[in-house]
Amino acid sequence: MSAIVEQPTSNSRRNKMIGWAVVIVLLGLFIYSVQDWHQLWKVASAADNIPIVAMLFLVPFFTWLGIKQAKANDKLIVNLEGDKTLAKSHHRKSEPWRPGWAKEIHVWPYLVRIEFLAAVIVTVVLYVWSITLNAPLEEPANPNLTMNPSKAPWYFLGLQEMLVYFDPWIAGVVMPSIIMIGLMVFPYVDSNPLGNGYYTLRQRRFALNMFNWGFLMWILLIFIGTFIRGPGWIWFWPGQTWDHATVVFDRNRDLHEIIGDFFGKTLGIPGFSLLNTNWVVKAMFGAIVVGGFYLVGALFFHWLMRRGPLRMKYLLSPKKLWAWAKEPDPFEEKLLANTSLLQYVTFQFFAISVLLAMPVKLFLRLVFTIKYVWVTPWFNV
Amino acid sequence: MDEPKDQKETKQLTGEKTNVGLVERAKDTAVSLKDRALEEAKDYKDPQQTQVWKSIFRVSHERSDPRNRSLAILSNVFLHLHPAKINRDAVRYQYTWGMGGITFYLFIVLTFTGVLLMFYYHPTKIVAFRDILYLEHDVPFGKLLRNMHRWAAHLMVITTWLHMFRVVLTGSYKRPREFNWCVGVVLLVLTLLLSFTGYLLPDDQLGFWAVTVGTNMARATPMLGSEGPFGAQLGLTPYNDVRFGLLGGSIVDDNALLRSYIWHCIGIPLVASIFMAVHFWRIRKDGGISGPAPVMLESEMKVLKKK
Repeated sequence: MSAIVEQPTSNSRRNKMIGWAVVIVLLGLFIYSVQDWHQLWKVASAADNIPIVAMLFLVPFFTWLGIKQAKANDKLIVNLEGDKTLAKSHHRKSEPWRPGWAKEIHVWPYLVRIEFLAAVIVTVVLYVWSITLNAPLEEPANPNLTMNPSKAPWYFLGLQEMLVYFDPWIAGVVMPSIIMIGLMVFPYVDSNPLGNGYYTLRQRRFALNMFNWGFLMWILLIFIGTFIRGPGWIWFWPGQTWDHATVVFDRNRDLHEIIGDFFGKTLGIPGFSLLNTNWVVKAMFGAIVVGGFYLVGALFFHWLMRRGPLRMKYLLSPKKLWAWAKEPDPFEEKLLANTSLLQYVTFQFFAISVLLAMPVKLFLRLVFTIKYVWVTPWFNV
Repeated sequence: MDEPKDQKETKQLTGEKTNVGLVERAKDTAVSLKDRALEEAKDYKDPQQTQVWKSIFRVSHERSDPRNRSLAILSNVFLHLHPAKINRDAVRYQYTWGMGGITFYLFIVLTFTGVLLMFYYHPTKIVAFRDILYLEHDVPFGKLLRNMHRWAAHLMVITTWLHMFRVVLTGSYKRPREFNWCVGVVLLVLTLLLSFTGYLLPDDQLGFWAVTVGTNMARATPMLGSEGPFGAQLGLTPYNDVRFGLLGGSIVDDNALLRSYIWHCIGIPLVASIFMAVHFWRIRKDGGISGPAPVMLESEMKVLKKK
């Protein structure tokens, strides 16, 4: 073990310093930007929002805990790859090990006592939590008095936030179903045999990035739904007052309208005005856009899954970044060769439909105020 | 107290040694009984040697004996899902975070507090809200009970997610555990549904509007909801679509409360228990906890057999 642990280099120390500086500056900017501390406190301290506030600390903590172990394992993997004789004799774990130690231990008492202790700790936490914080209880249900904002429980706020970007049948029914099925097919499309039963980043970079991207997006949507959406489901930055009289003049338009207006009216190209009048043209235009999106998305993921690790220093040098973008990583290529066609197509479908479509639609709606990209008489996307 | 006259006479006539009186005999018996009781009580000093103990636990509590340590697990119905022995690194909670176990423990806590809450709750529009007020202000420890049920439910959602996160980070869903991962995804959905169905039960503004918003989405289900794609073409109205089925009506009312209550207290817990049984069973059948396993090297990776 001692041979594997290296002293932190001056480089990594510098990176850490930069990281902390960025965190402190961002925190300072946030504190400076807060206008209404009372509003912020009201949202953050609402009893039902405590879990999501807790998640803001728990998720980074457990991410750190996982990455810490992954890094230890990755270091070990590199060492063993470089030294074949050591690889044959090594016990291949980053956990401490002595030659005389038994491989297995009795569940009674070594595991049972941990379980017992965990149960006691959870019970104590629950008692403290239940004594100090009361479960919310509003006024009796009243169908004539709509709550504003009317919010789902925090773990469904991701879905409710999706309603801004998609019609209810997609946000409420199709997306959740696709996410659940996507989670279920996850083990079947991950054809990488490495990294089974130990923390590693190096050997499973793409799979982990994909899952964590989805997980992060989910938490982000919940965060937006909890802290940012105020009365009328209007976007209020954290620290802004939730003003019930706020009106937002968003002129959300469909993509075909924007294209039709620009090419048909502004440039006066004949034929484009059909986009605003003929529903068949509208529907075909949308189908082509969505089809094109899937095509570009597939190319994007095909490119992304064969990249090597993206290092910080690449971002500073365009030459290195270009080399990274151009050259596929041999290990990732090997993994791709291991993937069957069915696995590949299934992955592409779920990746484009959720991992890419969600942020793209969010971006289109929030930045370009585009409502639908595909309008038909039966459904809109 | 004086002895009766005739007994005294009998004693004098017969002589004490040959024929003892009733009292004396009783005294003797009492002394011998006392000795016997003391003798037997010595055995009870070790409760583990009693018949009652042995009938319950069947195994000697002398845990330093490795055989007994194994039997303690194997012969106990609650512990027998564990193997007798595990990998020495598997008890490091740095690896597992203990989240799966904590989730199960929270399910037990929720069942326990939930059953107690059921004693004080009627799922009807007239009294449901009043029952909550009664619970909060009059029932001894009622407030604590409700708080604990609520917070344990929130915590269970968090621990389920973190458990899933750990399983992904360690690649524990990989062969041969793919199916168990799927069972876990179903359990995640059931956990969320359990939490959601419970949200309506206090019958306050919070639950009412959350469920209204939630079930309005069901209205938009393609081909099943009256406002979803192809719903109208299939003849669906607000009075026969999937939302009507969920609520037992076209608005969130008495029937919705009852349906929510039954799903929350009976339906979903029952289904979840079955899936949990499969989940735990499969952990054992798939070779126990996944790690920490020895690392594999990229140079050792073989191309998988394709069938």
